[in-house]
This record gives sequence, structure tokens and C-alpha cells, in this order.
Amino acid sequence: MNINLTIIGQIIAFFFFVVFCMKYVWPPITAALEERKKKIAEGLDAADRAERDLLAAKEQAEADMQDSKEQSAAIIEQANKRASQIVDEAKEAATAEAERIKLAAQADIEQEVNRAKETLRTQVAVLAIAGAEKILEASVDEAAHAKLVDKLAAEL
Amino acid sequence: MATELMTSKSYISHHLTNLTFGKLPEGTTRYDGTIVGDGGVWTFAHSSATVNEAATMGFWAINVDTMFWSIALGILFLWLFRKVAVNATSGVPGKMQNFVESIVDFVEDNVNSIFSHKNALIAPLALTIFVWVFLMNLMDLVPVDWIPYIASQMGIPYMKVVPSTDINATLGMALAVFALIIYYSIKMKGVGGFMAELSLQPLGKWLLPFNLFLEIVGLIAKPISLALRLFGNMYAGEMVFILIALLPFWAQWVLSVPWAIFHILIITLQAFIFMVLTIVYLAMAHEEH
Repeated sequence: MNINLTIIGQIIAFFFFVVFCMKYVWPPITAALEERKKKIAEGLDAADRAERDLLAAKEQAEADMQDSKEQSAAIIEQANKRASQIVDEAKEAATAEAERIKLAAQADIEQEVNRAKETLRTQVAVLAIAGAEKILEASVDEAAHAKLVDKLAAEL
Repeated sequence: MATELMTSKSYISHHLTNLTFGKLPEGTTRYDGTIVGDGGVWTFAHSSATVNEAATMGFWAINVDTMFWSIALGILFLWLFRKVAVNATSGVPGKMQNFVESIVDFVEDNVNSIFSHKNALIAPLALTIFVWVFLMNLMDLVPVDWIPYIASQMGIPYMKVVPSTDINATLGMALAVFALIIYYSIKMKGVGGFMAELSLQPLGKWLLPFNLFLEIVGLIAKPISLALRLFGNMYAGEMVFILIALLPFWAQWVLSVPWAIFHILIITLQAFIFMVLTIVYLAMAHEEH
């Protein structure tokens, strides 16, 4: 309980502690705190910005989506149109081809018929002659009766 | 009964005596009855019921235990905080950094809310006061007999481990704060301004002597109250711990545990009050009236 030199010692110790604290302890810690504060503020700022960017990007994406939808719809429509066009064309071509084949077939048939008729005609002439030969049992002048036979064949 | 009373009394006074080193003047009767020879002697003070050697040594003596513990605790504080300061990162802080930062933040908040001027000294000063006083007070929670017992085994007769129960320690700090009050008063207002503040209010220039008396009393009351508040609280708290330690060992904890828990509040509060009042006084020193 006696006041003595300790009081001076305490003042000196106090002085050194305060100076040390002021020079080597306080500034680095508060600097770190300040820097962290700044970092956090920047981080929040960046987050805000990112959110805004995200919103814009979403909008952009939606617009793009809309665009591409329209585009694809147009393409599909075009394709449909083209497809029906192709089908029509194919139909037309097929019809024409069918017509052509039909005509060719008809011509063939006609030709065949004519040929058959011709063959028949000649064979009928021969048959008639042979028949007549048998019937008449006589020799018939082929040349004399050729006109008759031809007339008969023409009638067939 | 008488001897028991005597031992209790000596136990208490032993625990409340500082380890004082100083010079005993020639012709002093020592505690063991010997007489100091020619030229006096430098020694540790011993006290008995009849002799108070520490008082005989007068001002030129030093309380070794107070100085040792206060400087050790101050170095502990600075070492701890310096370690954190060196490795301080603005990224994710570790546990220790978090702890230190919360204290620094707390002190800075208090300084900013009380002290509106720009002064790079105030915040580190407040931090030093808060943590240092807190650590000195914290020694109060070390069971009262442990360190003195170890010291006595090592041949050290007295050991008072709580520096803030020594009026020298608290008054030393308070006087340092007082010096800062005077310094900043004069720096901010000039000698004339400071004198005017001391003499021309609250009652105007016609009652100058009265004003001067009032203001000087008010000024001097600042360090005195600062020192005595801390000292008184800690001394009383220590005294209660010592009294509890006199109880039979099986009954002690009934009182010592609640008192220790309550004392945690007191030591923190006293450190906080010392810090806040320092800031307030220095803020007042900066302000023009």
C-alpha cells in the first residue's frame, strides 16, 4: 500500500506497451480488417453484377430461343412445302410415265394383233387352198385362183 | 483462539503485501530484531506485526512482483497480438485471428462512438489499456495460494500476483493518462485556451478563483478516480478470495466458485471502464468548450 518507484516503472512500461501497440500491432490488424471489408464489398458488388448479368443472359437466351423457334417453324414449313411439291412432281411424273407405258403397250398390242392377223390371213389362204385342193381333188391353177384366194383372205 | 486469529491476520496481511525491494536506512530495526548497519542496506522488505519495512523504504523502493507480473502480462498481450498482426490475412481468419479481431473491433467501435477527432494514438492506447488491465485483473482468478506458495518454496517471501491490486500500478497508468489529457488539452486549445477553460467557466470571469478551484479539482479527480476505482475493485475482490481461502478446504468452493464467476464480470467490466473513461477524458481534452 506504499506509493513508491513502482509507479514510475509502471508509467514507463505503459508507455512502451502503448508505443509498441501503436506501431506494430494496431496498423496491421486494422489494415487486414479494412482490406477484408473492401473485399467483401467488392464480392457483394460482383455478386450483384453477376445477378444482373444472369438476368440479362436469361432474357437474351429467351429471345434467342424465340428466334430459333420461329426460324425452325419457318424451316419446317418450307420443308413441308417442298415435300408436297416433290410429291406432286413425282405424281405428275408417274402419271406421265404410266401414260407413256400404256401407249407403248397399246402400240405393241396393235402391232401384235396386226401381225397375228397377217399370219392368220396367210395361213387361211394356204388352208383354203389345201382345203380346196382336197375338195376338188384336182389340181387347181394356183396362179388362176390366186386372185380368188386373196379376195377370201382379205375378207377374213 | 487468539493464535488462530493471529494466523488469520498474518495470512491476510501476508497475501496483501508486495515484494518490495529498496534501501533500509541506517539504524532501522528489522523484522527479526537486527539493526541495519552503516550506510543502510539494499534488500527485500519483510514485515511483521510491529515492523513495516516497505513503508520505511519510502518512495525509492520498487514492488518487484507488481513490475514482474504487469510487464510479463503486457508482453504476453503484445506477443499474442503481434503474432496475429504479422500473420493477419484479409481472407478467412483463423481462430486466433478471429478472437483478436473481435477485440480490436470492439475497441475500435467504442473509440469511434466516443472520440470524434482524428488521432492515431487513441485506439491503440484504448486497446492496450483494455487488454492489459484485463490480463492483470485476470490474475485474480488464479487461486490465491498457488503462486505465492510456489514463490515461497523458491525462497521468495512475498508474491502478490494481481498487479491491479497494487495502487502503484493503477495510479501509474492513471497518471500516464492524466499526462495525455494535459498534453492534448494544450495541443488542441493552446496554453491560453486551456487556462481559459480552467478559469473562465462555469461562472464567468468575475468568479475566476472559484472557477479555477472547481476546474482543478475536477481535473485532478480524473486520474485519482480512474486509479482508485480499478484498485478498489480489484483489492476488494482479492480480499474476498483471501477470506474465502481461510475457510476449511471442503467449504471453500461453495463461496469461491460463485465469487469467481461473479468476478469474471467485474474484471472485464473494470478493464472496460478504465478504457472507456480514458477515451472520454481524452475526447474531452480535444473539445473546445
